[in-house]
Amino acid sequence: MSKIEDKLYTTRFKVDETPHLKIADQSNCLKCLKEHGQPCTIFCPAKVYIWEEDHINVVYEGCLECGSCRIGCPYTNITWNFPRGGFGVMFKLG
Amino acid sequence: MEEKFDLIIVGAGPAGISSAIVAAMGGLKVIVIERGEFPGSKSVFGGVVYASEIAKLVPEFWNEKRIPIERRITDSRLVYMNDNGALQVGYKTGKFAEDPPNVLSVHRAKFDRWFAKKAQEAGALIICNTCVEEVLRDNTGRVTGVRTGRPDGDVFGKMVIFADGIQSPLTVRAGIRPEVKPENVALSVKENIQIGEEEVNKRFSVKPGEGVTFEMLGSMADDMDGVAIMYTNKDTVSLGVGANLKQWMVNKNTPYELMDRLKEHPFVKPFVEGGTLKEYTAHWLPEGGWDTIPKLYGDGYLLTGDTAMLFNTLHREGTNLAQATGRMAGEMALEAIGKGDTSEKALKAYNTRVMKSFVGKDMKKYKGFGHFLFKNKDLFSILPEFVGETCEEMLRVDGASKREKQARIKKNFGRKIGLMKLLKIGWKGWRIVR
Repeated sequence: MSKIEDKLYTTRFKVDETPHLKIADQSNCLKCLKEHGQPCTIFCPAKVYIWEEDHINVVYEGCLECGSCRIGCPYTNITWNFPRGGFGVMFKLG
Repeated sequence: MEEKFDLIIVGAGPAGISSAIVAAMGGLKVIVIERGEFPGSKSVFGGVVYASEIAKLVPEFWNEKRIPIERRITDSRLVYMNDNGALQVGYKTGKFAEDPPNVLSVHRAKFDRWFAKKAQEAGALIICNTCVEEVLRDNTGRVTGVRTGRPDGDVFGKMVIFADGIQSPLTVRAGIRPEVKPENVALSVKENIQIGEEEVNKRFSVKPGEGVTFEMLGSMADDMDGVAIMYTNKDTVSLGVGANLKQWMVNKNTPYELMDRLKEHPFVKPFVEGGTLKEYTAHWLPEGGWDTIPKLYGDGYLLTGDTAMLFNTLHREGTNLAQATGRMAGEMALEAIGKGDTSEKALKAYNTRVMKSFVGKDMKKYKGFGHFLFKNKDLFSILPEFVGETCEEMLRVDGASKREKQARIKKNFGRKIGLMKLLKIGWKGWRIVR
């Protein structure tokens, strides 16, 4: 079994300093933890969202740009933009 | 960059490039804006393209030198998987290795790049590293151009073709297309696993240059409507697994864990074992079908391919639908701009053409197939289990007579599924695919 970090290591990224993903309101995430179990931390295929005690840490650098969190967040609490042109994931094969 | 074009195309994928080739060959001043480093660098798909559609734009393209084709698919298999095994049917023929080829496995990052060169040769301008952030309209609401992320990045044109893919936050924000609902897309992850060219030939029992596609359905995604693919490339295997996004949300499954489990499945393991992971990707598939197709045209613009949710869920076809609608959109642009009328009324003809083509017809024929899968969980749980047990019962020689075995199967069937349930699923499925 390989870890997600090992998988993402094979994918090429051109990381922008400014995140293209943002949690609009962290207090919703706490609510979500109790009510919905924070699905973004489970279904995100790149493990971008990690719950750390009282907030969600957004590891946008490894985002595969699938968009699932944008529509899969029960609170639509994720501000989702494409990375700037020329940044983000760059597939070698696709 | 404030410059006036005839046609602006957002996205250099199969749809956008098809539009660009047609429009540029027809003499239009065309710009294609791509957010990736190069055409294809943001694209992910299962892994095959369809020769007949490409040949309409680049005749006999397969004879070109250095064409980035991985393999010609000569063996297509359907696999029904349970936890311990798999039942498969397939068809293999050398005919599909001959010219003209049929289905080809390719890597999008390589193939789209090649395809985009054809648009450039036809005279289209392709600008990469540029994200379109906004749709520009005049005071009547007519689309007149796009705003890119570059400084002074407004681009104006007589018409815009949106070919920016299924996600398209651009058209959602502009109110051109509704936001996608989780139950209308499948979230899939894919790994490209290198095992070497010789090994691909050997493990999949194919001649050099020929390949296999496996479309797999069954219980490999727990209780979700799991669909997986395994396609052969030159020296790698594309292994993908996905399910309806709504189900990922509810079932609390993690895509990469499911992928790792799939690789351990007794049917899959021998094909990919010992391989090296070359790339890990994730993408949506528009599985909502006919009911989720947005309005394909408006004042000054057209929607194509994945942006228009065009995907044949049953036959796993997408790139050909993208290319066909891209081509038709290019033809529409030629005609409309030629006549000097790109109004909503004039562009309606595009919708008619799409609906009269195989794209509209197939989408309509399989209306509701995605939801059929989504709503009939038995297809992914007890049914594959029963099929597996039945096969094992019939194949295992253990001294019991065949009549006894049949009786055991019948009992198991009654206990697990029951005739009424099977007939119900069968009838619903039949109505969709007939």
